[in-house]
Amino acid sequence: MIVIPAYNPIASHYSFSLTTFSPSGKLVQIEYALAAVAAGATSLGIRATNGVVLATEKKLPSILVDESAVQKISLLTPNVGMTYSGMGPDSRVLVRKARKSGQVYYRQLHEQIPVAQLCRETAAVMQEFTQSGGVRPFGVSLLMAGYDDNGPQLYQIDPSGSYFAWKASAIGKNMVNAKTFLEKRYSEDMELEDAIHTALLTLKEGFEGELSGDNIEVAVVGEDRKFRVLTPAEVTDYLAEVE
Amino acid sequence: MSIFEYNGSAIVAMAGKECVAIGSDLRFGVQLQTLATDYKKIYKIHDQLFLGLAGLGTDAETLSQRFAFKHNLYRLREERDIKPSAFGQMVSATLYERRFGPYFCQPVIAGLEPDGTPYLCGMDSIGAQETAKDFMVAGTATDSLLGICESLWRPDLGPEELFETVSQALLSGQDRDCLAGWGAVVYVITKDKVIARTLKGRMD
Repeated sequence: MIVIPAYNPIASHYSFSLTTFSPSGKLVQIEYALAAVAAGATSLGIRATNGVVLATEKKLPSILVDESAVQKISLLTPNVGMTYSGMGPDSRVLVRKARKSGQVYYRQLHEQIPVAQLCRETAAVMQEFTQSGGVRPFGVSLLMAGYDDNGPQLYQIDPSGSYFAWKASAIGKNMVNAKTFLEKRYSEDMELEDAIHTALLTLKEGFEGELSGDNIEVAVVGEDRKFRVLTPAEVTDYLAEVE
Repeated sequence: MSIFEYNGSAIVAMAGKECVAIGSDLRFGVQLQTLATDYKKIYKIHDQLFLGLAGLGTDAETLSQRFAFKHNLYRLREERDIKPSAFGQMVSATLYERRFGPYFCQPVIAGLEPDGTPYLCGMDSIGAQETAKDFMVAGTATDSLLGICESLWRPDLGPEELFETVSQALLSGQDRDCLAGWGAVVYVITKDKVIARTLKGRMD
């Protein structure tokens, strides 16, 4: 009989990070994570002059799933929210950490954390998971939208922990086409209402089937600095305007 | 004797019209023996924000360094100077972290918010904040300072009037306290400049 020891001293002393450089200088685990993002449902965001809109597909595996219980856009602080493309459970870890960052900041200064800082804190978590032992990178890209003293802002964070501020961006399955579409439709003087329409049109482009208030999610943050996920009824109304 | 009265101090801050002033005495002593007469208890955080630390001198020194450090990090992180109200919360949180072994200091914060409105606040050694629209006092001379501030302060004082009011209040107040005195320093913060003046008082 072969006895397998439960604790292997040699293995535990040499637990390298899963993400070790390949000879060509790449971190393949991060590329796999990006592949997981590219396989995920499309999400997009547009920064308007007076606010930001986030929109995402909410494709469910079966019609038997209760779509009203699925939430893909999360509130982080009263004025910042985010959505993701890729692995849902991974995103929830980041939502939890981002919310905590926001609360830690609020405890110390009694002010809402600036969007740029919340983005940096979240990106730092994602970076840590590309360099630590015993973990894998997050299989998600994030779109973070918020409004603070520096106006409306939209950030995209990738599994490597790199982040950029965008005027408009898309992530997930249909990101290439969606970005091309956004490049054509985006204008600097766009207001929030136009941005919502453009977001829905962009989502519609690559959508298999008919858009409805139940199979997409839309959120906005405007000059009132309140990030709000629109109700299915509101989304349905906007969809009617687009057609 | 309370440890808060070991070195002696008098701090006053007052709000005016789009300006604030903060001043302290200059005595540094050990109980009744005076060791120095040029010991300012006011620390500059940035151009529009000053912090006064009354109480135990050694803790005030440490705290002033910690807040300078924290503000340096804040500026690197946020690429701007901290707002007085946020700084007040930061001081409060920092003090409360030492709830069961406090720094023996009472801070007074005076500054101008970005929109030019005065911000005044004081707190106890464990960070319980109190904001004021008129004036704030701290130190060993508070009993006499409070009364004279009540009678001298008027709303909407200009920078020069405010300087005069704070100076008179501070000099009169500290003369009634044998642990504070030996001259004073007063800073008046306005939108475009800070007026700093050193005053001579009764040198006994």
